Amino acid sequence: MTTAPAAGAANETAPAELVAEFDAVVAADGRIEPRDWMPDAYRATLIRQIAQHAHSEIIGMQPEANWITRAPSLRRKAILIAKVQDEAGHGLYLYGAAETLGVSRAELLDKLHSGRQRYSSIFNYPTLTWADVGAIGWLVDGAAITNQVPLCRCSYGPYARAMVRVCKEESFHQRQGYELLYTLSHGTEEQHAMAQDAVNRWWWPSLMMFGPPDDESAHSAQSMAWRIKRHSNDELRQRFVDICVPQAEALGLTLPDPDLRWNEERGRWDFGEIDWEEFQQVLRGNGPCNEQRLTQRRTAHEDGAWVREAAAAYAAKHQTDTGREATAV
Amino acid sequence: MSTQNTDWPLWEVFVRSKRGLSHSHAGSLHAPDATMALRNARDLFTRRGEGVSIWVVPAAAITASSPDEKDPFFEPAADKTYRHPTFYTIPEGVKHL
Ligand SMILES: [Fe+2]
Ligand SMILES: [Fe+2]
Repeated sequence: MTTAPAAGAANETAPAELVAEFDAVVAADGRIEPRDWMPDAYRATLIRQIAQHAHSEIIGMQPEANWITRAPSLRRKAILIAKVQDEAGHGLYLYGAAETLGVSRAELLDKLHSGRQRYSSIFNYPTLTWADVGAIGWLVDGAAITNQVPLCRCSYGPYARAMVRVCKEESFHQRQGYELLYTLSHGTEEQHAMAQDAVNRWWWPSLMMFGPPDDESAHSAQSMAWRIKRHSNDELRQRFVDICVPQAEALGLTLPDPDLRWNEERGRWDFGEIDWEEFQQVLRGNGPCNEQRLTQRRTAHEDGAWVREAAAAYAAKHQTDTGREATAV
Repeated sequence: MSTQNTDWPLWEVFVRSKRGLSHSHAGSLHAPDATMALRNARDLFTRRGEGVSIWVVPAAAITASSPDEKDPFFEPAADKTYRHPTFYTIPEGVKHL
C-alpha cells in the first residue's frame, strides 16, 4: 500500500473533511500532532505501540542492572550505570509521548503491572555472565536502533521526536557493548569463550525482536499505511543481519547459525529459520524470566509508594510557595 | 500496588541549549512541585550537557490555539504577502536594499 486508506471510516461520526485532512497530512509525510483529529484506530495503535515501547525500556533496565554491582572495573560500572539510566530516560520520553494521546501514566503502569500491556520479549532472557552485558549492548541495542531509526520519521509527532532523542543516545549503548565484547574476545581463552557463549545465546532472541514474519504480522500493513511503520519486520531483520555479520567477524566471534551464507544474487546474507515457537512461548509468559521481571517491577513500584506519597504531601503543604521559586527568563 | 493511583501534575520542559539561543520545548514530565520538576528535567533532558537553563511550566497553565480553528485563526496572515521583502520589485543594480 502506498497511500493511507480511508482510515477514518472507523470513527463513524467523523466528518469527511477531518478524515480527508488527516489522510492528506499523512500522505504528504507531514506529522500528526496531539490535538489534531485522528482516527480512533490510529490513536489506539499508537497507544499500544508506544506503551509497549516504554514498558520495554523500563523492564529492559533489569537484565543489565543485574550486573552493576559486579562490573569488573570502575570504568565499566560507571558506563553501565549511565546506560541503564538512559533506558529509564527512554521509558520516560515514551510514556510522555503516549500520554499526549489521552492515557494517564498511572493507567499505563497499571496495564504493565497487570500484564495487560506487553514489553519486548527479549527482556525475558537471563543475563548469566558479564559478557551478556556486552552482547545486549551490541545485539539488543543494535536491533533496537535498527527498529527505531525509521521511527524518527513516524507520522505521529511526539513519538517521532522522542525517537530522535532516543536514537542519539543509543549509539553509545551499542558501542560500549561492542567494545566490551571485543575486549573479552581478545582476552584469555576463558574470556573469549564467555563472549562467544553470550553471543550464542543472544543472537536468535535478537532476531526475534523484529517481530513475526511479514505474512503473519497482524498490524503491519495498516501501520505502514499510516506511516507509523516504514519498513516491514523482515526487511529490518535482514538489514540487521547484514550489519552484524561483518561486525561479528571483526570481534573474532561467530554467529550461531550454520545456514548463514552470503547470497551473491541478493547481495545480502541468507540466514536460518527462526524458532517462532520459542518466540510464542516467551510472549505467552513462559520465557525464562517473565515472572521475575514483572514481580521485580511491581515490587519496585510498591516500594516507591511512600516516596511518591511523601513528595505529594510536601508539595501540598508548600503549594503557596511554588511558582515563586521558579522565576526564570 | 500503590493506593494512590493519581499522577503528579504534568510539567512542560523548555531547555536553552546554549547562551544566545531561546528555550525550546524538550518534552514533559510528572513532578509533585516546581523544584522537583526542575531536578527531574535536569536528569531527564540534560544528561549530556544539552542545556544551560531549564524552564518548567505546569502543562495546565498553557493556553493553546485550537487546532479546529487553525484556518480562520491564522488566516489573516495568509493573504498579506506584502509583509515579505520578496513582494517588492526593485530596479536592477540597486544595492544594499
Ligand atoms: Fe533504550
Ligand atoms: Fe539502549
